[in-house]
Amino acid sequence: MSIPSPAAQSNGGPNVSIIPEAVIRIAGNSQDGIQAIGGFLARLAGRSEQEVMTFMTIPSTISGGPSIFQVRLGAGEVPSAGDEADVLLAFYQHSYEGHIGALKKGGIVLFDTDHVEPKAEWQQDYRHIGVPISSLTIEAIGGTAKDKGKNIYALGLLAKMFDLDVPKLENLVGERFGGKDPAVLNNALAAFHAGYSHALGQVLETYKFAASERKSKPQVVMNGNEALAYGVIAAGVRFGAAYPITPWSDVMEILRRELPKYGGTFVQCEDEIAAISMANGASFAGRVAVTGSSGPGISLKMESLGWAVMAEVPLVVINVQRGGPSTGLPTQVEQSDLNLACFGSHGDAPRVVMAPADVEDCFYTAIEAVNIARKYNVPVFILSDQAIATRIEAFPEPDFEHVCQDITPDFSPVADYKPYDLASPDGVTPRVVPGTPILSGRYPIAGGLEHDEYGHPTASPKLHMEMTARRRKKLQALAATLPVPTVYGPPEGNLLLVGWGSTRGPIREAVDRARAAGDSVSALHLKHLHPLPPGLENIFSGFNLIRVVEMNDEGLYGYGQLAGLLRARYCDARISGINKTDGLTWKVKEILEHARADIARGLAKM
Amino acid sequence: MSAPATAASSPKTGDLTSAPAGRASAAPPAERKPLSKKEIAADHPTWCPGCGDFSVLALYFKLIEKRKLWQEKITTISGIGCSSRFPYFVQAYGAHYIHGRSLAFASGISLSRPDLHVFVFGGDGDLFSIGGNHFTHTARKNIRMTCVAMDNQVYGLTKKQTSPTSPLGFKSKTDTWGAVDYPINPVKQAIAAGATFVARTTHSNPNHVLQMMEAAADHDGFSFIECLSECVEFYEGAFDGTNPRKGGAFNPIPADHDVTDETAAYKLAGEPFPGYFGVFFKTPRPTKNAKEAALISAGREKLKGLQDWQVLKKTFDRMK
Repeated sequence: MSIPSPAAQSNGGPNVSIIPEAVIRIAGNSQDGIQAIGGFLARLAGRSEQEVMTFMTIPSTISGGPSIFQVRLGAGEVPSAGDEADVLLAFYQHSYEGHIGALKKGGIVLFDTDHVEPKAEWQQDYRHIGVPISSLTIEAIGGTAKDKGKNIYALGLLAKMFDLDVPKLENLVGERFGGKDPAVLNNALAAFHAGYSHALGQVLETYKFAASERKSKPQVVMNGNEALAYGVIAAGVRFGAAYPITPWSDVMEILRRELPKYGGTFVQCEDEIAAISMANGASFAGRVAVTGSSGPGISLKMESLGWAVMAEVPLVVINVQRGGPSTGLPTQVEQSDLNLACFGSHGDAPRVVMAPADVEDCFYTAIEAVNIARKYNVPVFILSDQAIATRIEAFPEPDFEHVCQDITPDFSPVADYKPYDLASPDGVTPRVVPGTPILSGRYPIAGGLEHDEYGHPTASPKLHMEMTARRRKKLQALAATLPVPTVYGPPEGNLLLVGWGSTRGPIREAVDRARAAGDSVSALHLKHLHPLPPGLENIFSGFNLIRVVEMNDEGLYGYGQLAGLLRARYCDARISGINKTDGLTWKVKEILEHARADIARGLAKM
Repeated sequence: MSAPATAASSPKTGDLTSAPAGRASAAPPAERKPLSKKEIAADHPTWCPGCGDFSVLALYFKLIEKRKLWQEKITTISGIGCSSRFPYFVQAYGAHYIHGRSLAFASGISLSRPDLHVFVFGGDGDLFSIGGNHFTHTARKNIRMTCVAMDNQVYGLTKKQTSPTSPLGFKSKTDTWGAVDYPINPVKQAIAAGATFVARTTHSNPNHVLQMMEAAADHDGFSFIECLSECVEFYEGAFDGTNPRKGGAFNPIPADHDVTDETAAYKLAGEPFPGYFGVFFKTPRPTKNAKEAALISAGREKLKGLQDWQVLKKTFDRMK
């Protein structure tokens, strides 16, 4: 809704419109460097103190498959990637035809006339601007149409259209292509300037983003997988192990590359079970280790996770969720692993589950997960998802000296050590790790068998009851320390939208729009999912209807996975679900439609 | 013993290559008396009277005493099975992990704690059936640890089912007509997987067991011992053919065998039962531990003098 028609709001001087934000969708094939354009725009926005959020699809084929990148740049808060694009940059006929529906009426379609034949019936609804991008790129830098460079040419076009900061973009291009053959950088800059100086046909005006409030701190720009990996490092984790799987793999690639700089090691294992087992071994031997995966890989880890629960060994397991079951939708998003994270593995096996809400939250959630694991000697799941993993956001750079932790264990001798001390009221016993002399001469065994206080096996009914309770009490103690989540919007009203994980942004945007239209809607975001934080009953009591918005199926009984948990926990018949399983993130308007339908029905379901 | 590398490094870095201070807090190694059997023995073993595993445990105690290993510096690791109850009987740090995955678990210890000695004990089912994949990859990566396969050629804990090393024709509850699947030869498996130390011994020759354990513990890398260990309950007399007291023959590896010759070792390992006993193969290939430590040194070399938070800040500066 941000690009005005040519006549409106031309208050930035002749031919320049000041706009608060813009959604730009770039569509082509995966080898066209689409993500590079998106990345440049996102980082430019970060350096300009602009808010930025991107939405990227990974093509399911390695090369040649359709690829899109959507970037929303704005002067204010940018909570979601945007439902509709203001500008569509289409490199091919299939990109044009496949994505014009994502363009808002009156939006601009910028297309490569070398590959796209515009359709007459769409001329009325969308402003068409054709540029022979492929041939002009060849003209500018030589080579053949298959050569890279047209993405940078297109970046030049966009830079002109949105009056972007050219010196900053040149720096970004230099950082990306510098260090290689100087001819590569020269070609890139030549393509950029050719695009920038192209006369943009019938577009008479250009756009300028409104100045945003200056951020107190420099912004960093990265995706969720990067933020998770660096969060794990900041938390002090120095050992991890994993097996490659989409969309988790970038996290392990980063950790493998980066950990040695911090004195650590990350191991690529023969399989998923070896990976969690190696992490369990390292955690047993000293400090919290990390493993992670997606989809089927998480299923494979479940027996080992149960061992960590039984042996009370701290562990962090990252699950970058994708569509399931089985191989499912490897490159699309779903929130369908919540039940697995909370309850997977046989027996009564309590563990912690938490989910980051955005890219910045990935960084801090990793640190919190490590600290919960350390304090309570329990495995902690971080439920990220494909959407956060691949989207790029700008956030204030962390206070590094303050957040980076040293979690080297203490090896000072101890008099005696009962790892499973039943006298501890909250079930929490600080760990003593190998390397530490125990002066009593009694050394502990960490085992998967039910055990006595020193870890030796027992089949005593009394001990099994007490140890089961001990493992549960730890998490009850944790629950009592969790912060009561804050309601977004007024604490009382008609409708409360509850969400978790990556849906926080679009849910909040839906609340903003609903309230702007006069509807009584608020939202509640849950970061801690298992155990749940205290105080939710009070929050729920302020609303007539509670709808849990999730990217998973409504289930056999009509409730999504979090909705089911909340109903089981609070026995509150006003809780129901808004679910979808199309493998895509929530659009704001989809949430709004559900909310409006509830309101139109007079919230009859309650 | 394979001396674990200890690099001088600020503890602030959390560097995995730096040894913990625990060593300094107990009496210096030179002044400590070797651990007696009484000190190192924990629970009374749950094994059946006459089980070959008793002998392996007794010789592990001997190794600890003789080589002056300390309780806080060893970890005894196992998976699931009769022999895998092992760690509960040792008064030192240990873990009883899940079925088949002990080598992966032990790898996590070995690669993150270079100051610890890692011993893995397991059965033929644990190491070669459910854990077969981990055996292959731990061997090829040459992760520093000693692995003893206590091979009884039968599933004992679950009361007599066919194991991956059961000979053809062995009558079990899952093969009442006799085993039909060709058995795994652990020594050949280890050589083929890339293990850098491969030996074979039998519970009925205690001196030889200790000799192999010492040689394995001295090896810098993944050292593997197949130790025949009779299950008196479900496969009685399986190894009588290797025991001179029971009319068998204990054949030491021929003196002219070249332990660095992989092909000769493989061929020798293929000799029919009772086969040979001793070190089949030994090669000084660099360990993964050493290679990872070299990556750490190289990574830190360029960042000399920076605190961890400064390294992270430098990385984030490139994402602005």
